[in-house]
Formats: sequence, structure tokens, C-alpha cells
Amino acid sequence: MTELTHKRNFAIIAHIDHGKSTLADRMIEFCGGLTDREMQEQVLDSMDIERERGITIKAQTVRLTYKARNGETYELNLIDTPGHVDFSYEVSRSLAACEGSLLIVDSTQGVEAQTLANVYLALDADHEIVPILNKIDLQASEPDRIKSQIEDVIGLDASDALEISAKTGLGIEDVLEAIVERLPAPVGEAAAPLKALLVDSWYDPYLGVMILVRVQDGKLARGMKVKLMSSGEVHQIDQVGVFKPKTTKVDELGPGDVGYFTASIKTVAETNVGDTITNEKNPTAEPLSGFKPSVPVVFSSLFPTDAADFEELRESLAKLRLNDASFVYEAETSAALGFGFRCGFLGLLHLEIVQERLEREFDLDLITTAPSVVYRLHMTDGSERELHNPADMPEVTQIDYIEEPWIKATIMVPDEHLGGVLSLCTERRGDQIELTYAGNRAMAIYRLPLNEIVFDFYDRLKSTSRGYASFDYQMDGYKESDLVKVSILVNGELVDALSFMAHKGQSEFRGRAICERLKDLIPRQLFKIAVQAAIGGKIIARATISAMRKDVTAKCYGGDITRKRKLLEKQKKGKKKMRQFGQVEIPQSAFLAALKMGDD
Amino acid sequence: MDEIKPAFGIYIHWPFCAKKCPYCDFNSHVQDAIDHDLWLKAYLRELRYYAAETSDRLVTSVFFGGGTPSLMKPQVIEDILAEIGRLWDCSEDFEITAEANPSSSETRLFQDFRQAGINRLSIGVQSFNDQALQFLGRLHDAAEARKAVESAAKIFDRLSFDLIYALPGQTPAEWQRALGEALTLAPDHLSLYQLTIEPGTVFHQDRVAAADEDIGTELYEITQGLMDHAGLPAYEISNHARETQESRHNLVYWRGQDYLGIGPGAHGRLTRDFQTEMIQNVREPGKWLELAQTKGLGQHKRTPITAEERRDEILLMGLRLTEGVSADHYHTLTGTDLASSLDQIRLQALENEGFITFRDNILKATPAGRQRLNAVLAHLLS
Ligand SMILES: Nc1nc2c(ncn2[C@@H]2O[C@H](COP(=O)(O)OP(=O)(O)O)[C@@H](O)[C@H]2O)c(=O)[nH]1
Ligand code: SF4
Ligand SMILES: [Mg+2]
Repeated sequence: MTELTHKRNFAIIAHIDHGKSTLADRMIEFCGGLTDREMQEQVLDSMDIERERGITIKAQTVRLTYKARNGETYELNLIDTPGHVDFSYEVSRSLAACEGSLLIVDSTQGVEAQTLANVYLALDADHEIVPILNKIDLQASEPDRIKSQIEDVIGLDASDALEISAKTGLGIEDVLEAIVERLPAPVGEAAAPLKALLVDSWYDPYLGVMILVRVQDGKLARGMKVKLMSSGEVHQIDQVGVFKPKTTKVDELGPGDVGYFTASIKTVAETNVGDTITNEKNPTAEPLSGFKPSVPVVFSSLFPTDAADFEELRESLAKLRLNDASFVYEAETSAALGFGFRCGFLGLLHLEIVQERLEREFDLDLITTAPSVVYRLHMTDGSERELHNPADMPEVTQIDYIEEPWIKATIMVPDEHLGGVLSLCTERRGDQIELTYAGNRAMAIYRLPLNEIVFDFYDRLKSTSRGYASFDYQMDGYKESDLVKVSILVNGELVDALSFMAHKGQSEFRGRAICERLKDLIPRQLFKIAVQAAIGGKIIARATISAMRKDVTAKCYGGDITRKRKLLEKQKKGKKKMRQFGQVEIPQSAFLAALKMGDD
Repeated sequence: MDEIKPAFGIYIHWPFCAKKCPYCDFNSHVQDAIDHDLWLKAYLRELRYYAAETSDRLVTSVFFGGGTPSLMKPQVIEDILAEIGRLWDCSEDFEITAEANPSSSETRLFQDFRQAGINRLSIGVQSFNDQALQFLGRLHDAAEARKAVESAAKIFDRLSFDLIYALPGQTPAEWQRALGEALTLAPDHLSLYQLTIEPGTVFHQDRVAAADEDIGTELYEITQGLMDHAGLPAYEISNHARETQESRHNLVYWRGQDYLGIGPGAHGRLTRDFQTEMIQNVREPGKWLELAQTKGLGQHKRTPITAEERRDEILLMGLRLTEGVSADHYHTLTGTDLASSLDQIRLQALENEGFITFRDNILKATPAGRQRLNAVLAHLLS
């Protein structure tokens, strides 16, 4: 077994597309972890959707065996982390399993919002950080300017930063050397009782629930009985192994090791990320500090486009949750849209990923309602409750005041687009906290209501900055706010799924927008239709769909009756699926389309 | 409303045309060599087949439709009518209509058709404007159209012609002028159709756009006004006539009465003891011909329809008529009560909005209701 001094556990942190996955591939190649034939681009991103979007959701690890220039052989454990803000919780737990980080910065782009967010997480985890400038093969590469930017913006000494090209392989060995030379070895006691961190867990169709651990003290071996400290559950270990990156069985995992075990655990839900694993018999006295559980911050309802797919949606959600305990869901009934699920996500990207996986992997056609954040309602009776769905909003008279979640946003943007970005933040009720310049880029730090972010903020940011702004955020507490629930009424009746919460100042504008949208989407009928947006009993916007003027078949003789009757039957059947509002029946598809349009 | 007399119609389909029109979705085909004798034999066999079960009926009308039945040999028509006379009793006011196109070659034969027994002619004029006729892919021009109507008027007591309106780009003023011109020919019956673009047609393929709802509405309303003024009010959505000049045969369809369909793709309805059967013939001319010759009938399907389907058909057709559907007539047809077969709440909503009236035991669509009849029916019958 490798000595502790010859082990290194490290993470790679970077803004998206700065080259994290490419660098990991090069290192695996260099250390001979896979044959050329097995070497697939970006081996670490195992799910299709991750590979396509270049986002890693689950923590992925790989053990590399590296013969260093000093002649010694080292065991390097790379723990890959997701780069996106929604998954900062996953980033933290991956970082907790290692002692150091490689910080990759694209030398043509410089420091971006996610670079910063991830560096802060690494510093929180007491990591040693090795800055690396990537893509120096490119003409536009400006390593010196980026080095001083790293020093100015992040405050990290960049004089020893490595200059590499993950693409061509230039400098890869220097990276491996830096891991050995500059990152600390893990510490731990082999003779002590087992103390291991549960880093992640997922369901593997062949092996069942797999648990990724980082061993602190003691040993983990096949046949041992271990206890999950948070639940007290005891399991016998079936298999112990590491990722090279293929799963490879080993006899045991010792201090400093990162690897997996299986123990006939039925569901991922039984395992708590951040938990401490110890011996059944001779347990450790002190569990590891663990993490706060991740909480969903964005809620949205998913409805199958075809009501017949409801059960399938339920099963698919259950299957997805097997591998992603971070989203929650519960059944919901909407008068306008039928049966669906209210789901909670870590953020908008997480929502998008779950939706996309459901549609792609499970072949479902879905409707997603406008995302909503979690409001805190302080009731007049002194109690407090959370509001996950505007449809559940109680009578305003019962509410003393409402608080909404705020975020601290970091935005990096080239000077020339700064103006647009600042006015966007102001328009979205943002408070500026800091504005600094580094070279020709500005870094703006704002406090913003999360509600304003879930409503097309990314798209607006992208368009005002021509795609040059980068954005990251962290949750930053709750604050009282003047919030109202805007209801949408058709012929005086509520369309539950279209209700939304808005700041009072924006309620009229947004209410009007949705009325106009529905006006375009609802087909003309025999009777005129009123579409209204209301706050409580007060109408704040309205649109009228005028009645149809003519709808009659020109020719109808003996040979046409059957066809015309069948057509009528189809219409009648269609009406059964419609939602009735007074005299008018409105196709569900109109509401669905209104929501769809709201997405983009 | 006078009591509606029992009626029984026979429809005969001639599936051939000289040229296929780009807007036409009828069962019409262009074919070079047609063996008229073979077709005659097939028609006769199919007539005899149905006569076996309907010889107790009094035939009130025969209609030769198509296709272009004016391309049939007059002798074929004569022989068919002779056979019908042998197989059934025919009413005193027996109406025998043929559709005709106004090309000069067909006009020359009008006298022969009259002699063969045709007593009402329906001419596919479509327009008196050369440009419009060209767009519609017709083989005749405006002068021929006018001549056809004039010479038919001398030969036939009862005459109708068709016009198509709401052609792309047609303005209300243009249509008003065209309709005024048509009225100078002093017709007693006119069928005025809005151009619709049907799947499977050349226009559909070429993505010709039908008039939008607003223009369509305006043209329709102009039509109603002008025709009322001219003394030919609409008795059906697209059909206008002076009193007593209505097409008796087509009224059979609209009044939910029985009829036979003879020939390829023809449909029939036969009712016994209040159970109506729907009969559908094989559509493809060659296939129908072979079946009728070998088996004696070219039937594709014959099935009873449900009470609800029957109700829907009667109202679907009957509310097209200005006269509407009387509860008495409905009872005669179905043995059931009209009022209790309707959803009162839905009926009420349509009455409140002025689309339907149900007074003196007669259910009627108002002019506003007829103009939106598809939606009215969908609402009423859901
Ligand atoms: N020219 C060049 N392109 C690179 C280099 N490293 C990565 N890339 C490209 O940059 C893009 C993003 O790389 P990826 O490894 O997926 O970034 P990640 O999002 O941080 O994992 C891909 O198209 C890579 O091929 C490099 O050193 N030079
Ligand atoms: S002449 Fe009449 S039936 Fe023949 S193709 Fe033209 S419209 Fe159709
Ligand atoms: Mg990647």
C-alpha cells in the first residue's frame, strides 16, 4: 500500500470551458489510465447531457499512478467537480475530499465569475491552490496580463503559475509535478478506527448503490461491517474499489484514499452526503464536520403535455432522483393543466438539466411552469411558513409581511458592456456592493432578489453583454419586500398554473405581458373572452379576444355528411379535453404555449 | 312552416372531367377512353340492387353529379332514368337535375339532355371574369359561360349556376360588381361558394391562401344582403333561390331524409324503423366499376349509425337551412323529441348570444349563427 506521503488528492476548478475536462483527459492519458481505444474525449463527464453541455453534475474521480521526476511513484486522486453555480454544494463536498486544487484560467479569457466563486470555495476548504494558465497555444493567449489579473482580482500569487495547453499536451508533466511538489499529502492514521467521508452516492445498474468515500483514518475493506453515523444503519461491505477511471476492485482503502464501496444499500436516499462512515464495532468518537444539506431554491411545476403520461412522469422522476437527491418533487393538481409535479431545484440550470433529462432519457414531453423562488410568509398569528407555489398563497389579510431570498451576484464584464449590465441590475432591484476594474474588465458585485434572476435575467445579461459577461451567485439571506401574487383570469375564472409572485412595481408590466400573450394564443371563439391579470380583487391588466365572425363549411351535400360529422365528433372530443371558463372552452395547449413562451 | 313531405332521392355519380380543377377535392378524374356502355350496365345493376329493398318508396328526385355529368352520353342518362321509372314509383313533381360545365361542346348537347329527361340544370359557371376563370383552371371563358346560361334558360324551366367568391385578392367591390352582373341573367337559383383550400388539391399544394376571416366575413355579408335584395334569399348557407325554386334533391340531404348513392364514392342513407344506415361506395372509379359489374354493387361499407350520430347529422345539415329543424319533422325522422335531445344550458347560451332560436317548436340558426355554424354546432352538440 502506498504511503501517505506518496498520495495526493486534488480537484480542478475552473470557469466553464476553460479546459478542466481536457486537462483531466491529458493527465489520464499521460499516466496510462486508459488505452487509446478506451480514451474518449472528456472521459469524466459520463452522462450524455453533461458531455454535451460540458457540465459535470456528479462528482467523478480518477486514480492516477504517476512516476515523478524524483523517481518515486505517486498515487494521485483527481476529484472532478461541477463548475456551475447551481452545484456549488457539490463543489464544496468534492473539495472537502482533497487537500489542494488546480485553478485553471483560460489565458485568452482571464478570470470569470465562476473562477472566483470556485476559488472562494477552495479557500474555504483550506486548499493549497496551483494557478494554471491554459490554452497558451492560442494566438490570443496573454499569460502575463492574466497573471496580474489573478493577483489583482483574486489576490493569489501567480508568479509560479504554470503555462500549459491542455489541448496539445504542452506542460502536462509540469502540472503533475506541481501536484506532487506543491500540494500537501493527506494526513490520517491507519491504526485508528475507520473515519470516512461520504462524498457522493449514486445508483449503478450493475452494482447497485455506489458510495464514493474519502478515508480519513482507519481502513475500509470487503466483508467489514460499517455504520452510517447519521442514521445508525449498519451495512456489510460487498466490494471496495477505485476509479482508474474504470471501476477497479482493490482489497482495501486506507487513510487519504478516495474510492467507492457497495454494501447492498437499496436507495440513494438512505445515504446522506457529508455523512461519516465508521466501524460498527469500534466506532470513531468524533464524526467529521459534514455539510449543510443542499436545499432547493427554485420551484417549478412539471406537467406532461399528454395527460396519459402522468404515471410515466412519476416513474421517471423517481428514477432520476435515484441519482440526484438534490431535487425534490411532490404531486400537484392544476385545474388548467391537470396532474403534474411541483419540483424543487438547486437553481435554474439544475431545473433545465432535469427537464432535459426527462425529455431525452425518458422520452417525455413536458411543460414547465414559470420558476418561482421560496418566499417566507410571516403570518399575522406570528407563525412563519414557506411558499413554494404561488397557487398556495394564503389570503393577504392573514399575512403580516413577506420575505424573499436574495443573492450575492458576481458579474465579470468587459468595460464596453458595463453600462448595460449595471442598468439591468438596477432595473432588477439590485444594490451595488462593489465595482472594481482589472485591465479592461470590470467586476461588479450586487445584491439582487433571486426572484429577479429566475425571470429571464440570464438571457438579458447575455444579450446586453453580447455574451461576454459571466455571472455567478450565492444565496445571501432573506429580506422583507413588497410582493404580490398576480393571478390570471379567463372570463373571470382563475387559471391557477399561470399565477406568479412579483414585486409590486413590476406586477403590472408582467401581468400585461401575459395577458397579451394569451390573447395571441387563445383561438377566437363564439363568445368573446376576457383575459385579466389581477392582484387580489383588483384588475391590473386586461385583454379581450373578440368573438369569431365566421366559421362555416361552404359546401355540404349528401356525400359530405359522414366526413362533417366525424369532424364534429373530433371537435367534441377536443372540447372534452378543454378547460371550461364560463361559456368558453380553452384548449390546454394555449396555456401550455403561454408557459413555453415564458421560458424563452 | 308547412309540413315536410316525405322524399327519397337518388344520387348518381359520374366521376370524370375534361380537366381537374386546382381547387377541386371531389371524386373526379381525367380519363381518355371511357366505355359508356359498361358504365351504364354498372349503374343499372347497382340501382336494381337497392330497388329490391326500397321499391316501396316514392322517388322524388334524381341528381346526376360529378365529376362532369354533362360529359355523359345523353343515351346513358335516358336509359338510367327509364330503369328508375321501372323500378320505382316517381312523384308528380319529380326533379331530375344534372350538373353541367359551360364549355361550348357541352352547351350544344343541352337540348339532348332535356330530351333524355333532365328537367333542371346546374351549371358550373364559377365566374364571369376571364382572369378569375383562368386562375380557377376552368376550360371555359366568360362569354361561353354567359351563352351557356342563356341557352339553358331557353331549354330548362329550372336552372341554377354556381359562382365561387373570395378568390385571393378579390375586394368586396369586385365581388359586389360580379354578383350584380350575374343577377342580370335573372337566375332563379344560385349557389355561391366561398373558395376554400382543401387538402389534396393543387391549390393546397401550391399553398394558395384562403381569404382571412375578416374578408371572408365581409364578402359573405355582402352576398346575403345583395341576394335578399334581389329576391333570392339564402335558403341554405351557400344556396339562394326564389320561392319554390329550391333544389328539391339537395333539400333531401339537408332535411335528413333518405337517399341512395349510386356510382363511385357515392354515399347513401337508408332508414327503417328509425334506424338509419350509412352506406358508402368504393371511391376509386375502376374498382367501383368492377365490383358493380361482378357483384351488382360497389359498396365499401354499410353500417347503422347511433342515435347521437343521427341527431348530429340531422342538425348538422338541418341548421344550414334557413327554415331550421322543426320538432315535428325531427320526430318524424327519429321518433324522438328534439328538445330533450339537446343540452339546455348550451342551448340557452347560444340563444342568449343570438345564434340560435327555438320558438314555435322550430330550432333555427339565426343569420349570425349560420355564419358561425361549425362553432355553434360544436358548442350545441358537445
Ligand atoms: N486551443 C485550445 N483549446 C482548448 C484547450 N483546452 C481546452 N480547449 C478547448 O476548450 C473547450 C472547453 O474545454 P473543456 O475541457 O470542455 O472545458 P471545461 O468546461 O472546463 O471542462 C473545448 O473545446 C476544448 O477543446 C487548450 O489548451 N487549447
Ligand atoms: S369540373 Fe367540377 S368536378 Fe370536375 S374537376 Fe372541376 S370542379 Fe371538380
Ligand atoms: Mg467539462
